[in-house]
Amino acid sequence: MSVIISVEKLTKKFKNLIAVNQISFEVHEGEIFGFLGPNGAGKTTTINMICTLLSPTSGKAFLNGYDITKERNQVRQCIGLVFQDPSLDDWLTAKENLEFHALIYNIKSKTAKKRIDQILEIVELKDRKNDLVLNFSGGMKRRLEIARGLIHYPKVLFLDEPTLGLDPQTRNRVWEYIRNLQERENTTIFLTTHYMDEAENCDRISIIDMGKIIAIDTPENLKKKVMGDIITVETTNNKNLSKEIENKYGKKIFLYDNKIQFEVDDSERFIPQFIRESKEDILSISARKPTLDDVFLSLTGRKIRDESANSIGRMRTRMKMRRGHR
Amino acid sequence: MIRDLKGIYIIWLRDIKRFFRDKPRLISGIARPSLYLFILGSGLSSAFGMFGGREGDWYIDFIYPGILGMIVLFTSLFSSFSIVWDREFGFLKEILVAPISRTSIVVGKALSGSTISLLQGIILFIFAPLLHIKLNFLMVFKICLLILLTSFALTSLGILIASRMKSMQGFQMIMNFLVMPMFFLSGAMFPLKDLPKWLEYLVSINPLSYSIDAIRYVMLEDKTFLAHPLLINISVISIFAVIMISAAIFVFNLTD
Repeated sequence: MSVIISVEKLTKKFKNLIAVNQISFEVHEGEIFGFLGPNGAGKTTTINMICTLLSPTSGKAFLNGYDITKERNQVRQCIGLVFQDPSLDDWLTAKENLEFHALIYNIKSKTAKKRIDQILEIVELKDRKNDLVLNFSGGMKRRLEIARGLIHYPKVLFLDEPTLGLDPQTRNRVWEYIRNLQERENTTIFLTTHYMDEAENCDRISIIDMGKIIAIDTPENLKKKVMGDIITVETTNNKNLSKEIENKYGKKIFLYDNKIQFEVDDSERFIPQFIRESKEDILSISARKPTLDDVFLSLTGRKIRDESANSIGRMRTRMKMRRGHR
Repeated sequence: MIRDLKGIYIIWLRDIKRFFRDKPRLISGIARPSLYLFILGSGLSSAFGMFGGREGDWYIDFIYPGILGMIVLFTSLFSSFSIVWDREFGFLKEILVAPISRTSIVVGKALSGSTISLLQGIILFIFAPLLHIKLNFLMVFKICLLILLTSFALTSLGILIASRMKSMQGFQMIMNFLVMPMFFLSGAMFPLKDLPKWLEYLVSINPLSYSIDAIRYVMLEDKTFLAHPLLINISVISIFAVIMISAAIFVFNLTD
């Protein structure tokens, strides 16, 4: 498998803040690569650097063999972006937005026409193609943006929270198209998401926190390496039980939603013993296999869901501001 | 090369489309010059008559070029501020991440600003008969060239400023501290003769004053109010245009 993106000690400093700290990783051609991390971790900054929107302070990166600082336009021709923040032109129609994009990405007009019709059909905006984007709902704008990112068949497609705010049916259709694209054109997908199922679909995931990569592996391996089964316990006195678990079993505990969580290797055998030996009254106890959310929490101390709630809140605020401006 | 030309074209086309769709802007593009010409112009014209000046509508003839200059100034700068608008609302990112050279973006915007200024100017030509101003085809043609040249320079200036502006708040400041002084110090409303030294100096460093002077040269038979020979005017504006577009291209390339 060839390497399509290689990042070597990439760093970005803003005055006193080191947003991205000597990051190095590789992305293989044709894979779905998840780039996860809490807000403020340096995700967006890293992506902006690789996409040539921001100059690195130091370090190198190569996309499809092109240097991101020295061969910018070549890099740009190979990539497609679906931004987190809406970036359509409200004063153009849906079709015109796509035509604008096709023109600046050098797609021949006959091909462009065909692809534009095709993608409008997929995101179900065909009947609105001659309407001004100004009058579109938030969800419709999102669908149009995804459509736009997909029409020039980039080598690497950067999806920054692509399906945020979409209904499940549209999400499925979009992912179907993306997977189709990936198979046919061997497109590499570079994905940022807060949806667990989207993250599970990644071939590999890297988790970034505080400007550094703290883990990078397949979802399976991450789950196996980082943790065992998750036990969730609720008691009358969480503090005492926490101390007991820490001292007696040497387990690190996480408090979440007023419940205690910790991991063990073999939950089936552990639970009966635990209940017998516990000094506190156990109100409820459950065990399950780890999810990426747990991996995330374990590595960064925060849950992906929490970040998700913030993202939607931010987007809504921005949408409101936008309507106020107009 | 072809790619760059395509890029310039698409940037230009988008701005033109947006201009025709922005109804409030179209209306204020007609309203503002109308206000100055018909109301202020007519009023001041009578006033000068009363204060013992010349007879007739000479003042309207005098300020008509000035109002053209005003339109070019406002339209050019406002066009370039669409960059700040785009930055604020995210569309600029779409342009910046595309494989289109920064130079093409600047040239496309400078050309669209010039085109839109010309379109606004044409509206003013339509008003001319109402004000008893005589225009012939050759005059109109020369004025159009001057409008295009001046606007190209001023739009480039606007792009230069807009490259560095992060928000729309700066826009208001620029309007007050740059645009209005430029307009008042351009000889649009009063002749540039026998002025106090400090005023004369400020006017001489204002490129717009050369532009308006040139339009007056083309339009008025009575050359008493002209400040410079036509050749000087055209040279100054041309040099200014070259400097501005170069600076704009340079600074805009720094946004990487």
